[in-house]
Amino acid sequence: MIYQGKQKIWSDYQKEIPDDHWFYVRSCIRQNFFPASEAYFVKVVRDLLGRDLYETPHHTTCGGIAYHSDTIPQETAMTIVARQFSLMKEAGYKNLVTSCITSFGNYCEILETWREFPELEARIREHLWKACRREFDKPEYVCHASDVIYKLRNEIAARAKFRLVNKETGEPLRVVEHIGCHYNKMFPSKGVGGAEYPYVLCGMVESWGGQVIDYPERRHCCGFGFRQYLVKANRGYSMSNSHKKFESMEPFRPDMIITNCPGCPYFLDRWQYVVAETQGKTYGQGGFGIPVFTYEEVAGLVLGYDPWDLGLQVHQVAPEPLLDKMGVPFNPETKYLGLNKKDILRPSLPSGLKCF
Amino acid sequence: MTDFGYTLSRSSTVNLDEADRSLWLRLEKLEPDLRLCMACGSCSASCTAAELGGMSLRKVILDLDRGRDPAPIVSACMLCGKCSMVCPRGINTRHLILSLCRIYEKK
Repeated sequence: MIYQGKQKIWSDYQKEIPDDHWFYVRSCIRQNFFPASEAYFVKVVRDLLGRDLYETPHHTTCGGIAYHSDTIPQETAMTIVARQFSLMKEAGYKNLVTSCITSFGNYCEILETWREFPELEARIREHLWKACRREFDKPEYVCHASDVIYKLRNEIAARAKFRLVNKETGEPLRVVEHIGCHYNKMFPSKGVGGAEYPYVLCGMVESWGGQVIDYPERRHCCGFGFRQYLVKANRGYSMSNSHKKFESMEPFRPDMIITNCPGCPYFLDRWQYVVAETQGKTYGQGGFGIPVFTYEEVAGLVLGYDPWDLGLQVHQVAPEPLLDKMGVPFNPETKYLGLNKKDILRPSLPSGLKCF
Repeated sequence: MTDFGYTLSRSSTVNLDEADRSLWLRLEKLEPDLRLCMACGSCSASCTAAELGGMSLRKVILDLDRGRDPAPIVSACMLCGKCSMVCPRGINTRHLILSLCRIYEKK
């Protein structure tokens, strides 16, 4: 194939990402799982890189988690989303950036449904007006927060204090990238690289010095699947999905996993503990697990923020082996000190998975 | 080991590096047409024994290819030969099943 032809094909998988002026909507679950990720997204994009990023305390859940858990109809989720759009209109923004992958999928799905069925959009406008006397404009652009970091990855690399490189050997760290299903499997054209060649996390890893590893189950779901996890009788399916991925990636000796979804880092992190407790197997080196990070946490580490300020102490799998490899300094004594040095207490250690 | 009230489901992953495909290779020597199968499933759709005994030649061939032993499925075949009449690749499927039974007899 001629090079120009390849470039043309690749251009079909590209996504235009606005450079500035974003209306940021947070996830309803991420702050419980990985408490500093969203705060550091704002800190990096707004404070460090000087972009216009606006968020409002009046924002609520997008309803996606309830919609995908079969507890509310889509019309309810649509009315909730319509209210978020009205908040964005009120603030004078046109580019919506979502923290959550499911929110991203939810917003895309709703906009596409309205495009196909304008009468439904008219009905939702009526619902919103009756419920809270609000009106909305549809966003000109919807993107995920990982798209924004992808767009700014080289600016972050230029300010990097540490790189995804093993400081002992000088070799790039071997990174598993895991994309949330609702990012590009619902609407492939909405994700960088589409569903076939998702590049949003690969771009960050390569820009920050790491090496992306390919393995057979790379595009497999983490197993969250909402009802797969939320209904206890189905929870084994959820764990089995993650287990299949761990078994598949293990021979490639990954140093870390980077993800862009609220559920994926949580399950890839916590299931390593459950697999260790129930099957007696660990996937990292020396009895540790494979550390799992959100892309904001990795950006924060690269930029030299304190690992404990980034919330890495709430991970189940110990991040310390990776910090040592990258050469990131950390103080074990302050690991469990929270805001204003308040003692947040030490968790009990698991029996199967090595932790600090 | 801790009991969380749920456990792993059996993985459906087929690792072709570890699968024992000796049965498929032995059958292929006796029935080279085995390679012509494109797994369309016409044989299974037309099978009289499918409803009664769970016979599916398509599944038998896939199982052999993946290193799984399809003996319980093959035992349901009544050798009526309808599958041979519908195979779009012209495979003598009845003869193929007989050859597989002969391999089982030798075992």
